[in-house]
Amino acid sequence: MDSRDILVEIPRLRRYARALLGDRAAADDLVQDTLERAWTRFAQWRAGSDLRAWLFSIMHNLRVDQLRRPALPTETLGEDAGQVPTRPTQSDQLEVMDIESALRQLPEEQREVLLLVGLDDMSYGEVASALGIPLGTVMSRLSRGRERLRQIMAGRQPGASLRVVK
Amino acid sequence: MKPQVISENDLHAYVDGALPVTRRAEVEDWLGGEPAEAARVEAYRAQKAALKALFEPVLAEPLPPELAGFAERPVVDPLPAAHAGWRATSLLRLAASLVLALLGGVAGWLAHGQYGAGERLAQGLPLSHQAAVAHVVYSPDVRRPVEVAADQEEQLVKWLSKRLGTPVSPPRLGAVGYELVGGRLLPGNSGPVAQFMYQDGSGQRLTLYVTTEGVGKPETGFRFAREGAINVFYWIDGKFGYALSAGIDKGELAKVATAVYDQLEKAK
Repeated sequence: MDSRDILVEIPRLRRYARALLGDRAAADDLVQDTLERAWTRFAQWRAGSDLRAWLFSIMHNLRVDQLRRPALPTETLGEDAGQVPTRPTQSDQLEVMDIESALRQLPEEQREVLLLVGLDDMSYGEVASALGIPLGTVMSRLSRGRERLRQIMAGRQPGASLRVVK
Repeated sequence: MKPQVISENDLHAYVDGALPVTRRAEVEDWLGGEPAEAARVEAYRAQKAALKALFEPVLAEPLPPELAGFAERPVVDPLPAAHAGWRATSLLRLAASLVLALLGGVAGWLAHGQYGAGERLAQGLPLSHQAAVAHVVYSPDVRRPVEVAADQEEQLVKWLSKRLGTPVSPPRLGAVGYELVGGRLLPGNSGPVAQFMYQDGSGQRLTLYVTTEGVGKPETGFRFAREGAINVFYWIDGKFGYALSAGIDKGELAKVATAVYDQLEKAK
């Protein structure tokens, strides 16, 4: 692992973490933890393999660890979670929301896939290996995430329509 | 035109430019007859573009120092380059402090596992650890790596011998490529210890740590310890405990350690 290679990847890791978490300080903390772990495990990185995918997978695993021991009791939203957490009164329901707040409303597992594909231009296969999930799961999360984002942006409540379908 | 079966995955691959040319054309044809699906695809494209535009500026932000530092291995070899200037020196100091922090953690952990509290107090820190810390503190120093330089070797020997209460003198390591830079006196667990510093033609430094503490312990053969980025060979021989430290590989350090040992044997 070469320091120049790492230096190239740090801004990308930051961008992804910022988009994933929304908060600058939390994002940079995650990047820092990722780099720390990468250096302690760099022996595990096979020279010639994709450094970026490896770094993203470290970041993903750290994030999974973080979510496993949450500071506050939280509930994990599954892919089909019917309700998107929203304010009780939706006076702005029909306004087009900006993409960032719409992004915050996606379950993190969909946001991850959407960002790796959309921001970092990873191939679906690379996303699958970085996140340690099957290709089919990548595709279904991408599809759900994009559609959900589209509906939120259009001012509709995807949760409601999904519940009707169920 | 024959009807095409276009899947959901095809549409996403189309948005992401991941389709082969022919398939891409088929999807385009199909979308021409499916305005609702075309609008959906267009929305996904717009999402992608909006996300990129929103987060693109992060790429251009200057890296905060705590992240930029990670471009290098956090525990770097603390030895200076030949032309280390002020900046390099301060970076090396930082690196040294990181190594120290790491060593402290390692030593604490080791000590915790190896000794009880009482024993730990009585024994102080292990020889290899003390030597590695002393190496990390002084070897990066560009201007004052030693208290007494090699050109005053006679004084150095007299002074250190007097303070340690027994004759000590630095071995000659020219045969293995290292010349004496000088030496200094340091506090050990319960009294003074000596450190001799050597340097090769490239500026690579190693230190020999000589202590009279632990006298009366059985003699040992070479022992090896890795303290952070520093390799250490150490042994107890007669009145002295020795530790040779450097940020060089174990094999090379072993050669030097053997040279030191041979000379000390001859001098007996």
